[in-house]
Amino acid sequence: MATVELLFSALPEHVRTARLVAAAVARRAGVDEAVLDEVRLAVGEACTRAVGLHASHGVTTPVRVVLIEDEKKFSIEVGDDAPHLSAADAAAGGPGEASGAPEEGEDDMGLAVISGLVDDVEVTADESGGLIRMSWPTIPAPVLP
Amino acid sequence: MDLSLSTRTVGDRTVVEVGGEIDVYTAPKLREQLVELVNDGSYHLVVDMEGVDFLDSTGLGVLVGGLKRVRAHEGSLRLVCNQERILKIFRITGLTKVFPIHTSVEDAVQATD
Repeated sequence: MATVELLFSALPEHVRTARLVAAAVARRAGVDEAVLDEVRLAVGEACTRAVGLHASHGVTTPVRVVLIEDEKKFSIEVGDDAPHLSAADAAAGGPGEASGAPEEGEDDMGLAVISGLVDDVEVTADESGGLIRMSWPTIPAPVLP
Repeated sequence: MDLSLSTRTVGDRTVVEVGGEIDVYTAPKLREQLVELVNDGSYHLVVDMEGVDFLDSTGLGVLVGGLKRVRAHEGSLRLVCNQERILKIFRITGLTKVFPIHTSVEDAVQATD
């Protein structure tokens, strides 16, 4: 069951709120303090990407963030409702040059940062939307030295 | 926290002191500042990131955009940063090879390659 669910209008100013909520819930769930910066950055990247996709596709529904606390891990799912190209369509369009204009390639850079930061990450997408699922191990109650 | 920006001139360099969070919401302000400086003829920029609490890929995109602009005028864009959590993002994305990153403004201002 989700510990916390957050829906926000796809606007840049709300991404910070999502970061703060995710970091607060992650801390409570027992994610190591040293990793909280990574959680904050990864969820921010995922939300930024979702906001951008909603804006570019004219999608008016909110971005969804689901924070799930399990026994041994803490998971975050960020979902968007933007139609994604199928693999075949994407191949037909050809892959974008990685060395293209950097300001236009921010979505890709966001995903690059997420994959660099998070060991357990899964990106899925179809014509009805996309989902980025990330998880981090939690540590049990503090052990005395 | 919002983004704070201030600029000062040191010799032929323009130092942009950035504070707060650079993300999808605030990055456009930094982009405007860099564009304005280049349009006004400042082609040797030092971006002091010691006061930055958060930086994401949108912020990286703006810095790369700034670098492109100054390079078009044979200028330079140097960063000042000692914070491990910020440096990590440059490392993950391979941008440590693109930006000269200095440990102090003095060092960045004196650097000539």
